[in-house]
Amino acid sequence: MSGASTNTSPKTPVRRRPGLLRTAWRFGRTKVGVALTGLIVLIAVVGPFVAPYTPTEFVTKPFEADADGALFGGDNRGRDVFTRFLWGGWTLLLLAGASAGIGVAAGTVVGIIAGYRRGWVDDVLMRVNDVLLAFPQLIAALLVMSIIGPKVWLIVAVIAVSHMPRVARVIREATRKVIEQDYVKAAEAIGLPRWKIMAVEILPNVTSPLLVELGLRLTYSIGVVAVLGFLGMGLQPPTADWGLMINENRQGIAVQPWAVALPVAAIAVLTVGANLITDGLSRAAIGIDRGVEK
Amino acid sequence: MTRLIVVRLFFGALTLWAVSLVVFAATQALPGDAAQLILGRDATPERLAALRDQLNLHEPVAVQYMQWLQGVVQGDLGTSFSNRMPVGEYLASPIRSSLTLMGLAALVATPLALFIGAFSALRRDRGFDHGASMGTLVLASIPEFVVGILLILLLGPGGLGLFPSVYAREGGPEQWTLPVLTLALAVAPPIIRMMRATMIEVLESEYVQQARLKGLSERTVLWRHAAPNAIGPVAQVVALQLAWLAGGVVAIEFLFNFPGVGKVLMDAIENRDVPLIQAVVLLIAGIYILVNLLADAIGLAANPKVRVANR
Repeated sequence: MSGASTNTSPKTPVRRRPGLLRTAWRFGRTKVGVALTGLIVLIAVVGPFVAPYTPTEFVTKPFEADADGALFGGDNRGRDVFTRFLWGGWTLLLLAGASAGIGVAAGTVVGIIAGYRRGWVDDVLMRVNDVLLAFPQLIAALLVMSIIGPKVWLIVAVIAVSHMPRVARVIREATRKVIEQDYVKAAEAIGLPRWKIMAVEILPNVTSPLLVELGLRLTYSIGVVAVLGFLGMGLQPPTADWGLMINENRQGIAVQPWAVALPVAAIAVLTVGANLITDGLSRAAIGIDRGVEK
Repeated sequence: MTRLIVVRLFFGALTLWAVSLVVFAATQALPGDAAQLILGRDATPERLAALRDQLNLHEPVAVQYMQWLQGVVQGDLGTSFSNRMPVGEYLASPIRSSLTLMGLAALVATPLALFIGAFSALRRDRGFDHGASMGTLVLASIPEFVVGILLILLLGPGGLGLFPSVYAREGGPEQWTLPVLTLALAVAPPIIRMMRATMIEVLESEYVQQARLKGLSERTVLWRHAAPNAIGPVAQVVALQLAWLAGGVVAIEFLFNFPGVGKVLMDAIENRDVPLIQAVVLLIAGIYILVNLLADAIGLAANPKVRVANR
């Protein structure tokens, strides 16, 4: 994060306003968010390399709470809870990251086209958006999973599609403000092709809402991927996955709470961290936008 | 304003129709047809053929869709594969349970959220406000089923042991506590934030200043002058949160084994009970669209510019 924000630091003699990331970094909540998210990402990435066992190895009796050599006891099949916890994070991060990234990218394209072209293109795109928005996110995912079956690419696709209309709405609004600016009119006057105006003139000027949306969608993606795993409609056994771990071990919650508590705590910390970063970004974006208007 | 609402209603109906199309199309993507699904893998060809005739599976897909839609409009949602009961009849009791659960959650969450939001606005930038702001941020980020599990870990049999963590038919009223509490906690944060933001805006307005300068008591200023002007946007958020409940209730019912529509949906998915899946998804999407429309209408009605424009 700090590495990226140096890009916006004033290298030219002209004094520039501090960029979005740098402004966001000034808020204490952003720092806390980065620390929390970083901690979970670290566990998820390094975890598989330091895990004491393999995730499918039987080490204890089912739901054994204090077994020798198993720090947090065993799970419903007697596999080491700590090992499965260390293994179970990267799938969640990967799926959530991919679906948020694809969804935000698709939403940005649709939003910019709808906002810039206006007229019937705008009408058609936004009506399709409204239909997509009519499905509660989770219900849409469940419907597709139940019919076609839980597959990894399908999880990513369904969540991305459900993000798209929400992102498109926000980016469309931002685009409509940008196209009033003189530099867009100037670009039109010198005859730049439309796709180039959208990519070179408009896109760089909607990055503030774009980053805020990315943070927001990432938080939601984590939630949806986790809840799908929890409902048994996400990754399938014997994968070690935090959502699935909660599903598998919730029957033993009274005797062996660790098998549920560890993944639950990780998901909670991760989502809170991601949302704190998003909050910092959106506060910074509001400040920057006000600066432009005045 | 009436025209605007009629236009929204039209688009709502159009959306619902599109949803029905999606739901029907999704079931066409199933491997094997309905007859195969009902009779299972080891059905004899003769029985399959007979059932296909009975279900009109030889008709073109468009005709099948029209027949299905006709049934849905007339309240005939088909027969459940797994228990051979008419879907409408089977769903009656879960719908009642779910509505009660959602109603209780809304009843607990809304007044509390409004109060906390208003109080935060009055105590702006002081301890209570900061605490509430942090609390809503944390609660809003955590997925609702995680909130539910945290509550179970804390108050359930493994923790303080105050409430049962699983719903049982013969259990007492205390088993409603955790599901209702979880949903209320999931619904409240956006309402609190909206109430706070709107109240702050209203409290800074000139008519509130004027009311204060007249020497009215703080209570009169608050409840006669400030609060009514905050209702519009807040009511809209409350409606949106209720719409969210329609989908959010699924994971919570699954978690607590609560016998509502969400549990029915998960069981139906487990059994590949297509008519039941179709019915529940349509039902939830329908409620979602309807309440969203309501939120739209409230938003329009609460906006004086729109209300006065067409007079």
